[in-house]
Amino acid sequence: MDYHFQWRPVLHSLPDMLWGALVTIEIAGLAMLLGTIFAVFLALGKRSGEKYLAWPADVWIETARNTPALFQIYMLYFGLGSVGLQFSSYAALLLGITFNNAGYLAETFRGGFSAVPETQTRAARSLGMGAAQTMWHIVIPQMLRAVFHAMTNQMVWSILMSSLGIIVGLTTDLTGVTQKLNVVTYRTFEYFFVAACLYYIISKTFTLSARIVAWRLFRY
Amino acid sequence: MIRIENVHKQFGALHVLNGVDLTVQKGEVLSMIGGSGSGKSTMLMCINGLEGIQQGRITVDGVEVHSKNTDLNKLRRRIGIVFQQWNAFPHLTVLENVTLAPRKVLGKSKEEAETIAIEQLSHVGLREKLSVFPSRLSGGQQQRMAIARALAMSPDYMLFDEVTSALDPQLVGEVLDTLRMLSKEGMTMIVVTHEMRFAREVSDRIAFFYKGQIHEIGKPHQLFDNPVKEETASFVRSVL
Repeated sequence: MDYHFQWRPVLHSLPDMLWGALVTIEIAGLAMLLGTIFAVFLALGKRSGEKYLAWPADVWIETARNTPALFQIYMLYFGLGSVGLQFSSYAALLLGITFNNAGYLAETFRGGFSAVPETQTRAARSLGMGAAQTMWHIVIPQMLRAVFHAMTNQMVWSILMSSLGIIVGLTTDLTGVTQKLNVVTYRTFEYFFVAACLYYIISKTFTLSARIVAWRLFRY
Repeated sequence: MIRIENVHKQFGALHVLNGVDLTVQKGEVLSMIGGSGSGKSTMLMCINGLEGIQQGRITVDGVEVHSKNTDLNKLRRRIGIVFQQWNAFPHLTVLENVTLAPRKVLGKSKEEAETIAIEQLSHVGLREKLSVFPSRLSGGQQQRMAIARALAMSPDYMLFDEVTSALDPQLVGEVLDTLRMLSKEGMTMIVVTHEMRFAREVSDRIAFFYKGQIHEIGKPHQLFDNPVKEETASFVRSVL
């Protein structure tokens, strides 16, 4: 036990790590946004009962939820790379998490849609509101409440999953930057400890902000 | 005027409406009574096109409800409906519940819509509850809010589908009072109800539904005191 902690080098490279954290937030946020959009279509596709829509949606959802996220990212980078479709590390990671997010969120949204009773739609339509107006003013706001908590969790999961970028050689996000510094300094514990703290702060800040938004939004 | 001609409707093998003919004049209050499953609620849903029909014709002021060329959203502005399960929009305040459709459907400004809404909500005794969410209201209050919400569209016709059936007994009175008030104001109303005494008091005519048809129709005293058909007599005996 002859290890002496040295925090000075970590402190010194904290700005670099913070920039990395920003990239992490960017990837997680974009993957969440894109994942949500895909998830809406997947959920609607599965609900539609149309074989040609439901079946591909099902394959997507099942694969995303029942295989490791690591393999999903790997496939996008190396798998598609071997057939000539080469993504950058950044793109492979972003698309991988998007794929994963979409699969999980699709199931969440399916549940969310059934959480809004059919009678709400009926009441809105009977007032002369169109299908789109009913969706926008009545169904979606109520559905959002039902899925909000699950979406918050998915975003945290998305932030943590982004650390998998390291397996496809991403060096710009928080984990990538940390690994780069680690390789040069061999201060593994110190660097990864600080990185873990930063992940914790990012996730916690997000969860708390989401709670405040929920409190403002769902006062009923 | 609402004109219903030879309307048939089936759910699978179940013949819910079996050739209904009925005309409701402007200003008339018509009650529909009958056992559950006799088709009266379904009939109501067909009038504003919430349910389709397989045969026959329903026209509202000459506009055919189930014609492909009819803009149902436009037609529904003129036909208010209140449901058994009042269906308040839980994420909107009482005021927002009532202003939503006038704003989004009729294109009224927020101020205009609020003026109308406050007027209607005062009318049903909810002036003090404007900024409250529906979950804080009693069933009777939610039902009165639903009535105000329908009235805020200034409909020509009002349909009521067993509006007191899901309420606690002590809350029935306040909702019936609201309906009474509307009938006195000359609103054209079709009321599906199990409240026989109420039906007798406010209705111009009463239609007795039996097996998907109007088995007997007439003035209240006629239908209740001197029913012509045996089934009507036995139904009336069972509920009075």
